[in-house]
Amino acid sequence: MAVVEAIGLRKAYRDAVAVDGLDISIEEREIYGLLGPNGSGKTTTILLLLGLTEPSSGTIRVLGRNPWREGLAVKRQIGYLPENVGFYDDLTARENLRFVARLNRIPDRESAPLIDDALGSVGLGEVADRPVRTYSRGMRQRLGIAEVLLKEPRLAILDEPTSGIDPEGATQILDLIVRMRNDRGMTVLLSSHLLHQVQRVCDRVGILHRGRLVAEGTLDQLSLSNDLERAIEIRARGLDPDGIEAIRAIEGVIDVEARGDWIRVRGNPPDGALARAVVESNGELIELRGATATLEDVYLRYFQE
Amino acid sequence: MSAIFWKELADHFGSKRFIIFFALILIVAGGAVYLAGTGFAERPDATGPFVYLQLFTSSNGGLPSFLTFLSFFGPLIGVLLGFDAINGEFARGTVSRVLAQPIWRDSWINGKFLAGLAALGIVLSGIILIVVGLGIFALGFPPSGSELLRLLIFFAVGTVYLGFWLSLGILFSIVFRHAASSALASIAFWLVFTLLLFMAADLIANQVAPVSASSTAAAWAKNEQIRETVLRFSPVALFEEATSALLLPSYRGLGMVEILTRHQVPTNPLSIGQSMLIVWPQLVGLIGLTAVCFAISYVIFMRREIRST
Repeated sequence: MAVVEAIGLRKAYRDAVAVDGLDISIEEREIYGLLGPNGSGKTTTILLLLGLTEPSSGTIRVLGRNPWREGLAVKRQIGYLPENVGFYDDLTARENLRFVARLNRIPDRESAPLIDDALGSVGLGEVADRPVRTYSRGMRQRLGIAEVLLKEPRLAILDEPTSGIDPEGATQILDLIVRMRNDRGMTVLLSSHLLHQVQRVCDRVGILHRGRLVAEGTLDQLSLSNDLERAIEIRARGLDPDGIEAIRAIEGVIDVEARGDWIRVRGNPPDGALARAVVESNGELIELRGATATLEDVYLRYFQE
Repeated sequence: MSAIFWKELADHFGSKRFIIFFALILIVAGGAVYLAGTGFAERPDATGPFVYLQLFTSSNGGLPSFLTFLSFFGPLIGVLLGFDAINGEFARGTVSRVLAQPIWRDSWINGKFLAGLAALGIVLSGIILIVVGLGIFALGFPPSGSELLRLLIFFAVGTVYLGFWLSLGILFSIVFRHAASSALASIAFWLVFTLLLFMAADLIANQVAPVSASSTAAAWAKNEQIRETVLRFSPVALFEEATSALLLPSYRGLGMVEILTRHQVPTNPLSIGQSMLIVWPQLVGLIGLTAVCFAISYVIFMRREIRST
């Protein structure tokens, strides 16, 4: 049984359609990345899955239940990290988590070890008794993840977990996400507009655009289904002025883009043809490498159209 | 809901603004009662059988009575506890996080309202007990049973009155996105109800039923009646009427009745039951206003879209 199943999901506000006929299915123990630019309906989709907003039409099943009608039962098994997560600044991290535990009807005696464990897992064990006011943004985000861990949910929904965080902090958070699945067996749904991060952790990716899922699948599938050509990057110095034209003339080359020493070639030229063209144009070949299609390429493709 | 209730209550008592306001009210109320008390000492013959109640109602030395202070400044402390109840949560970004927990949405707003009401009740009962305690210390004899009972009812009415302002604050905290706007709107309502409506009542009464020195008693009565009707839209006027009848057992009735009977009959005190009968409509009005205010907040909040951005 799929953990999340939505069919024809639609949410229209008075003046705009945020989610427009979304079909999505997420399996147990999967890390699913919901990708899309700002305003593409990621957050609305998440609110619909949490039962915090009512769908205009379509059906949703989360853990086999309707989140809008059976909100309490669903929320008991979902951990949610909102975008720009906020805490009660005057309370300590521990007090904030204790409040959440009480809302989940976990008695204090049982929640104390859970809170210690969760704070330890995200590396906040030593600052647990400092007021959240003193926390950096990355620490708040990790505290939000600790809150998710505390509930021991079956499904964790993370909205933009790494936005606005420095690369080191983002790496820590991504590692935590992978561990949520590997160590605790959770299913994870995360939304983001930061492609390289999604690429690192997600098993499957869905690309949202104007409330529709325009593409879905593993990264390999996404690249293949779009016939993304191979890209090759050349670094050469002292190329003749018409060297670029010579490369462009090679059979199978679709597009050539030059910037300083770097030349980026899209297409599928015969083996060795590029190097030969550079050398024949009196260029000093420094480096030549194949660039694999990144999610960025996939992404740009969808949103340029 | 109990988790929310206890957290909010702890927040109230921990917050600086609450402590500052509590101290301020305590000082002002203490001053008023102290002056009233020293007034008794100067003119012992002026006190009736209900000395403890008079501590709350009599004024002396230019400082208004405790009752006047409460009806005037009470609203501020009520509003203070409510004006950022919901928009503050939005500003902190805690709304979606809390509502993603397995709680009913209404238990959040109910918990907040009840916690505010409890905080107000604790403040009010604290002040009343301090005054009575000081009274025992200064006067040397304890209050009578009927005085205590009247004070208890006064406490209940006062809590409802403060509760109205709390629910008004909460309503504005839902309607307005920014805490500053809701604070300003609350203060605007406070000014309207405490000052402007009293002026407007006179104005309207004199427009609709003009009176002069040569007017008949019937014309005066009509004028007064219109004035009262307008005033009774204000919770401040309702509270003042209700509490003066409760704390001044010689009250025969409110408004016109009070004016006409003030100098006639011997001022024998009424029984508590009779006093309650007089203030019953005011009491129901106050409770009704509070309930309406809270119901509107409730409905708007339940329909509110929860978006963090």
